[in-house]
Amino acid sequence: MSVTVTAPARGARFLARRRRAYYWFIVPALVVVGAVIVFPWLFTLWMSAFDWTIGSAAHFVGFGNYAKLATNQRFLEAILHTFYFTALAVAVPLVLGTLAALIFHREFPFRGVLRGVFVMPMMATPVAVALVWTMMFHPQQGVLNYLLSLVGLPPSLWVYSPTLVIPSLVLVEVWHWTPLVMLIVLGGLAALPTEPYESARLDGASEWQLFRFITLPLVAPFIVVAAVIRTIDALKTFDTIYVITGGGPGTASETINLYLYLQAFAFYNIGTASAVVVVFFVIVLALALLLLHVREKTKWS
Amino acid sequence: MPDRERDTGPEPQRRRLLQAGFGAAALGAIPGAGQLAAQAQGAFDWKRFKGEKIEVFLVKSPRGDLLTKYHKEFEDLTGISVGSEMIPEQQQRQKAVIEFNSGNTSFDVIAISYHVQKRLFGKNKWLEDIRPMMADKSLADPNLDFPDFAEGGLKYATQADGRIDSLPFNLDPWVVYYNKELFEAKGIAYPKTFAEMIDAAARLNDPAKGVSGFVARGLKNANVPVWSSFLLGYGGGFVDAKGKLATDAPEAVEAAKMYQTLLAKYGPQGVAGFNWNEAQSLFLQGKAAMWLDGIGFAQPLEDPTKSRIVGKVGYGVMPAGPKQQVSALFGDGQGISTFSRKKGPSWFYLQWAANKANQTRILQAAAGAPVRKSAYAMAQSSADFKAPKQWVECMLTSARIAQPGLPVIAPVTEFRDVFGIALTNMINGADPATELKKATAEFQPILDKSEKA
Repeated sequence: MSVTVTAPARGARFLARRRRAYYWFIVPALVVVGAVIVFPWLFTLWMSAFDWTIGSAAHFVGFGNYAKLATNQRFLEAILHTFYFTALAVAVPLVLGTLAALIFHREFPFRGVLRGVFVMPMMATPVAVALVWTMMFHPQQGVLNYLLSLVGLPPSLWVYSPTLVIPSLVLVEVWHWTPLVMLIVLGGLAALPTEPYESARLDGASEWQLFRFITLPLVAPFIVVAAVIRTIDALKTFDTIYVITGGGPGTASETINLYLYLQAFAFYNIGTASAVVVVFFVIVLALALLLLHVREKTKWS
Repeated sequence: MPDRERDTGPEPQRRRLLQAGFGAAALGAIPGAGQLAAQAQGAFDWKRFKGEKIEVFLVKSPRGDLLTKYHKEFEDLTGISVGSEMIPEQQQRQKAVIEFNSGNTSFDVIAISYHVQKRLFGKNKWLEDIRPMMADKSLADPNLDFPDFAEGGLKYATQADGRIDSLPFNLDPWVVYYNKELFEAKGIAYPKTFAEMIDAAARLNDPAKGVSGFVARGLKNANVPVWSSFLLGYGGGFVDAKGKLATDAPEAVEAAKMYQTLLAKYGPQGVAGFNWNEAQSLFLQGKAAMWLDGIGFAQPLEDPTKSRIVGKVGYGVMPAGPKQQVSALFGDGQGISTFSRKKGPSWFYLQWAANKANQTRILQAAAGAPVRKSAYAMAQSSADFKAPKQWVECMLTSARIAQPGLPVIAPVTEFRDVFGIALTNMINGADPATELKKATAEFQPILDKSEKA
């Protein structure tokens, strides 16, 4: 009996001791997070307050770099290009990927093989893909203009035209990443229950109604997940653009990432580059919050 | 094993100390040390630094490949072992700046591009002044033959304050490749002046047949030397003595107009995105009458597996502008990191790399245009030399009339970017004067800042 009486007190003491002991176990994680995330971040913030070009002395300028960026037309355009590119590079693969998932969800001969073929672009290295597309975009010797000529269309300038360059780059992204969206949505479709469809069919629902009112709402969470992944990928796209156009012609396809790369590694303006990173981070954070909000809503419905 | 290591421990250390002493002496950094070294070892001896090891940081290019291929020869000659790293140009430049800036370099010898890095390296004194070593008879190879280097190359290797911090290796003057067949078909002679050049481009331009009168780089950044080729002929410059940009002066605007005419009117579709490789492939197909670029492209043009115009390529010296005839010049060389602790062996490497045999090899491998004048005579006399005679003549003439194709300033990349964008915009229809004014206004503060700091 005496054991049970004293047990809670002993237990509490034990827990307190244990809590104190376990407290130390978070230290490694804390150190790692501090060293690889928090410290670089604070250091970036610190550097963004300096006017510092490698090879010359640094001067403290406070928010000077940000003030300059706010009036820098090239940087502001880069933000617009980033949004334009991201919007297209998220929306088009989402629509096409969902469509592809619906098709591959049906039963038809060689489905497995065709699924495999469809997923193949995803496995290719972005830089290699970009180099191949660069050749295909070539206005004189590229295969794309040859294909256009076969169907009687005039040749296009593709990435060599300031107005067409971003849609052309999105084309590469679409080819490369639609399979990813397809895979995610296909996973969602496979998990759908069959009962709602059966009862809807009994009530005389059309195929479109089945899709619009049952399939779409049920796979919406998966589509949103795909959208989140695509948005992150599209925002950080660098390799494709860098290899194919380098931000050109002129600055027509210069996104924040390319501008950042130029400032940091071509011009060695570390202060400016750090400020760009901070602004980019704020943009990414805002978009992430927005997407989380959307995700919560789809869950709720 | 551990025992043996302990046994031999002090010995290498002592040797290292001795070597350090030699290194410092070789440098002439310590007053009197140079003399000491000279007394210790009077005559020049390739084997002097036997057993040492140096690290060489090269650019991945036919020239880098060539040097790497013959490193064994240097090792046999000197007993110095060479560790070499070779990476693509852009990455090499980035890595170099970051390492120099950290105050310590993993390499002893580095390949440098004068047109991009000269001022940056010179301003920061990142490379060792080689003049003391050149003057030291115990360190300078008697066969170095300094006057054999082309004037353009020597000028390139000399900083504004008189320091010589590298040995020049390869020169790259800009020339006009032209398709003789297309010229002959229309009975047009190779242009001697800018006006004739524009006229020839206009007459040879035949969009119906897919032939462009002229092709050159339109891609931003890469396109700036094309414009500066014209700018120099118009008598213009980049920066005046007071550090003010001259890039919106009337000469600059005229040059930009010429650039716009040749590329937008007589160039191929999409030329705004062309770098040298797109231009080259168009010219190789016989689809361009003239191509303005660096001189190093003879090999692909004369290669039957790549080119449809073998034997039909003319190599023309840049036509004369209204003021003067100038070929825009680019070049590279090798220097010694000021943070290196192996300056003596590194200096030996520099002398070996730029020796006559290696220079001749550049020509024989068609890997570029060597800076030594003697290399051309030596190469031509050998039986296996295949480069066309006109190419050699074009090189020699161009090197004589050459001037740096880019301003000698620290932020060269930024200069090329800002003005490159202006030029690309012109191809797409923007007004040259307005674009240049805008670019000049944008770049002046950047230049001021770089010179002040």
